[in-house]
Amino acid sequence: MSTASLTAPAPTLPWRLPSKGQVGMYCLIAAELAIFTIFVVAYLFYIGKSLSGPQPRNVLSPPIFFTICLLSSSITIHFAVKFLQAGKTRSFALWWLLTVVLGALFLGGTAREWHHLIYDEGLTIQTNLFGTTYYSLVGLHAFHVTAGLLGLSSVAIFSALGLVRQEHAERLEVLSLYWHFVDAVWVVVFTVVYIIGR
Amino acid sequence: MSTGSIAWDATAGTTRKPLVETLHDWVTTVDHKRLGIMYVLFALLFLVIGGVEAIIMRIQLMRPLNNFVSPEVFNRMFTMHGTTMIFFVAMPLVFGFANYLVPIMIGARDMAFPRLNAFSFWMTALGGLLLYSSFIGGDGLYGAGNAPDVGWFAYAPLTSQTFSPGHSTDFWTLALLVSGVGSIGTAINLVTTILCMRCPGMTLGRMPLFAWLNFVMGGLVILAVSPLTAAQLMLMVDRYMGGHFFDTQAGGSAVMWMHFFWVFGHPEVYVLVIPAFGIASEVIPVFSRKAIFGYPVMVGATVAIGFISMSVWAHHMFTVGMTSGANTFFVMTTMAIAVPTGIKIFNWLGTMWGGKIHFRVPMMFCVAFLFQFLIAGLTGVMLAAAPFDWQLTASYFVIAHFHYVIVGGILFTLFAGFYYWFPKVTGRMYHERLGQLHFWLFFIGFHLTFDLMHVPGILGMPRRIYTYEPGRGWEIWNVLVSVGTLFQAVGILVFAANLIWSYFRGAVAGNDPWDAWTLEWTTSSPPPAYNFATIPEVHSRRPLWDLKHPEDPDWKYE
Repeated sequence: MSTASLTAPAPTLPWRLPSKGQVGMYCLIAAELAIFTIFVVAYLFYIGKSLSGPQPRNVLSPPIFFTICLLSSSITIHFAVKFLQAGKTRSFALWWLLTVVLGALFLGGTAREWHHLIYDEGLTIQTNLFGTTYYSLVGLHAFHVTAGLLGLSSVAIFSALGLVRQEHAERLEVLSLYWHFVDAVWVVVFTVVYIIGR
Repeated sequence: MSTGSIAWDATAGTTRKPLVETLHDWVTTVDHKRLGIMYVLFALLFLVIGGVEAIIMRIQLMRPLNNFVSPEVFNRMFTMHGTTMIFFVAMPLVFGFANYLVPIMIGARDMAFPRLNAFSFWMTALGGLLLYSSFIGGDGLYGAGNAPDVGWFAYAPLTSQTFSPGHSTDFWTLALLVSGVGSIGTAINLVTTILCMRCPGMTLGRMPLFAWLNFVMGGLVILAVSPLTAAQLMLMVDRYMGGHFFDTQAGGSAVMWMHFFWVFGHPEVYVLVIPAFGIASEVIPVFSRKAIFGYPVMVGATVAIGFISMSVWAHHMFTVGMTSGANTFFVMTTMAIAVPTGIKIFNWLGTMWGGKIHFRVPMMFCVAFLFQFLIAGLTGVMLAAAPFDWQLTASYFVIAHFHYVIVGGILFTLFAGFYYWFPKVTGRMYHERLGQLHFWLFFIGFHLTFDLMHVPGILGMPRRIYTYEPGRGWEIWNVLVSVGTLFQAVGILVFAANLIWSYFRGAVAGNDPWDAWTLEWTTSSPPPAYNFATIPEVHSRRPLWDLKHPEDPDWKYE
């Protein structure tokens, strides 16, 4: 197609479109949010409908420390990406690694909590409605943390090998969007499970 | 990509590749056009399978107290027919058209994420194969019957281990989970492609309506199919791990499943019909020789439909016993959605008004669509009134209503799309006479089946019964409805024959057989793997018009 013959008005502004990676990630986050919404609605709807114990108020205690770990990992990943954009790969590697450690701590916290609930309190996914909804919602979130950690760890390995450079900042920003989403969803899950549901 | 595409062009028509190599090319392709074609062929295969299931049901219902199939088989047939037609015919058809056409229409060389595109297609294909594997593996160790027989919306607690032993329901839920992931992947890809891959000058206000409507469809899939995925996960927790989401004996709620399913189920109708509107919005202007009437209103109405469609779901549940407040809300929203839909109908009529209408096969299907979709919408407004719905829900009136939407609305425009873009995809013209024969056979069959199907519904015939007593006044209607399916089946055969014959023997079409205006007609037929040698630049909604009429270009008036 040749448009040279046309004397159409020349575009006044340069042709700029949003970044594919970011738009794609926002779409994925929208889809994930819809999935989480359904699980959160189910959790809220079934609060207090269990026909047998244990009940949440008897066995749950808010994991404050691990929540702080996860939420602060959003800050560390933000700084990591900023450092990479500025070309400071060493600082990037440090902050990125810190993010991985904080995420892993959170996951360890979930594991410890589940171990306690299963072996000390006798609450499994089959026990009652609370068990079903609790393990499903918290487990769905933990699954997303795990997926995020796999992504973050592979970047950490690449960065240890010296393969992460300034030009990768845009891609890692997309990955950090996902991590922010995982953290933000935890705020909702925490509120629903440990505050409203108790 | 680029090296592959050069090789493909160079060898086309001169030397034939070995079959294995060709197959390998298709299986490993990430080209949006090939994936689009595979989506469509996959869907056509399942259309035949789903059609055979429908015919089995219609033979069984043709006479009272018939024994063509057992009640168990009848349950499997209506479950598989519904699941197949929605998830493995309509969705892949819509995705196939979008995949093939959207990048070319917006002047891009491929989708935003080509590998995600291939992944999504193969997930959908895997879902279809999984669903049909149930005929082999569904019995499990229980001898509990093979294919799923829980109905296409699989209400709890029928899907629990107690009432559905064996694996048939597991095949159903896994198939929908897997294909749902594929659908969400394609939707993400479409939305990103449309936002980030438009050629210079292609502002959102200049995008072809087909691209606009698929953009809305992508957003709807993201927001509507995800809840279905979540609900399938819950069902799996219940079935595999002994959870209690939908287990009423442990305090769970069967109504929750209904809500979760229909939160997906109703927007799904619009997921399918909005791209069909997109096809109509491309075909009607070209064959009326006029630009689309009311472009901005059309876009606005589509977005409005998208939003409203997410707040109407519980009109499927009026008989469940919701509060009168909830009933009123869903009556109002459901009736409200008729407003933007009506606006669209007037836009298409306004486009045809005063135009020079060419009654080629695509236009014939579109005109039929206009009338049929209007009637489908009117019965929809009738059913939206809760008291009316209490009387007729789960009767053949409802079946007739939604088949009017899906066949009379969606399938008819998809056929229009097939004939309209066949020359672009294959480089050959379809056979006009055979196309007309297909139209008339299918048109007669459709009206025989689905017009008359309303009547036994009003006379009280419930859906999903495998047989009925004589003397209720349903017999003659059921005979005529079944005869109609025969016309439709022959119509589909003519359609298939036309596609195959024209692919090999059709007249060479050239780049722009319809004297059309959107970018896909600028490139060769079939388009090269890279779509455009140089990325085009557009200045109006009809770039080809500008090119053909430099003395009177569209951008002067937009």
